[in-house]
Amino acid sequence: MSTVRVLVGTRKGAFILTSDERRTDWQVSGPHFAGWEIYHLKGSPLDPNRIYASQTSGWFGQIIQRSDDGGQTWTPVGKDFVYAGDPGTHQWYDGTQHPWQFQRVWLLEPSLSDPDTVYAGVEDAALFRSTDGGQSWQELPGLRSASGHLWQPGAGGMCLHSIVQDPADPQRLYVAISAAGAFRTDDGGATWRPITRGLKSEWELPDPNAEVGHCVHSIAMHPARPGVLFMQKHWDVMRSDNGGDEWYEISGNLPSDFGFPIAVHAHEPETVYVVPIKSDSEHYPPDGKLRVYRSRSGGNDWEALTAGLPQSDCYVNVLRSAMAVDTLPSCGVYFGTTGGQIYASADSGDTWAPIVRDLPAVLSVEVQVVP
Amino acid sequence: MIRVVLPHHLRTLAGVRKEVELEVAEPVTPAAILDALEARYPTLRGTMRDSATGQRRSLVRFFACGQDWSHEPADAPLPAAVASGAEPFMVVGAMAGG
Repeated sequence: MSTVRVLVGTRKGAFILTSDERRTDWQVSGPHFAGWEIYHLKGSPLDPNRIYASQTSGWFGQIIQRSDDGGQTWTPVGKDFVYAGDPGTHQWYDGTQHPWQFQRVWLLEPSLSDPDTVYAGVEDAALFRSTDGGQSWQELPGLRSASGHLWQPGAGGMCLHSIVQDPADPQRLYVAISAAGAFRTDDGGATWRPITRGLKSEWELPDPNAEVGHCVHSIAMHPARPGVLFMQKHWDVMRSDNGGDEWYEISGNLPSDFGFPIAVHAHEPETVYVVPIKSDSEHYPPDGKLRVYRSRSGGNDWEALTAGLPQSDCYVNVLRSAMAVDTLPSCGVYFGTTGGQIYASADSGDTWAPIVRDLPAVLSVEVQVVP
Repeated sequence: MIRVVLPHHLRTLAGVRKEVELEVAEPVTPAAILDALEARYPTLRGTMRDSATGQRRSLVRFFACGQDWSHEPADAPLPAAVASGAEPFMVVGAMAGG
């Protein structure tokens, strides 16, 4: 029987939740790296026992940890994230130019094709790659050539928070950057271009053709349909059927189209999940009801999933990296909240139950199915 | 032997107890102590001072003999009591946040 491993990054450490594939009885391991912010941890799809973790602190800076035994033991690896050449400047909040300065690693995305290759999305926004298991890191500076001098941080910092690999084309990658937009490379990261046609941000970006400045919150793809992308934007849930060349809105009947995470069912490429949040100034669910919304038609028609989730007085948020799906035959869906709950569904979202209720605020959730 | 006291998170990271003892050649300065500390425990590199610039991280403070050395030059000689090991050189996480 397979083991399901849920990797949880929180404000005060990492937690690893394990169960058999029934997903009813869970063991909780942690906190690992107690007291540190763990922005993200994720395992290699080729070697699930190899897990990378971003450990960070406002006091002591950035650490990258690697486990080769499924999270039982950890070793610090490389943490030098040096921008290539003279990084120059980007736009600051007041419209002036501001030097590029490394702050932290937001996420670690292990390669689909090589267990020693892993990508890191960092703040101030840039993409780094390691080809030696995290020991050393090199920037892919072509990304910042895509009008990087016009990028401006949002309230959460100028972070590169989403990396999506095309399983059919190793040369194609997508990234998203808070308040800067979404970008694609078709040559393995050498050159990039904005993919924002069709996105609308009327108030902040009156120019309908603005290539940068859209606040993309997260991007998801089903591996069987790499040309189809789903996006949760600051406002609006969007879809592209041509690798981001053009986007159209699929918010449909959602009670709010503001939110952070978006995920796709493991076996149904047209089944999509979002967690609507009331607004950008009220980061909690509408009406105090924690509802995951599922569309089984690729968007527009959404149904509220509420069974087992609090339906009164709930004012938590679900952050952009805090939702994931597993690959078991009955697809599991998982998400974590800023209130420290991890909710799991073993039936594609029909019913939910908390795995744990009182962790520190959850920053990220990933899931592995280990044979 | 120079004695260095590290904050909890750096002790955990380096896998050491509260105090670390180091051989540091004269003159004993904050920079010389940090160089020796990072050489012994490479995982601490970048946690107390920026790897690229060598500047003290904003929320890390240095104390010796009851005095705040955070704003003193990194190559300023520390008191004889630190150089002799009678008093520790203290690396402290600044009080910050809520």
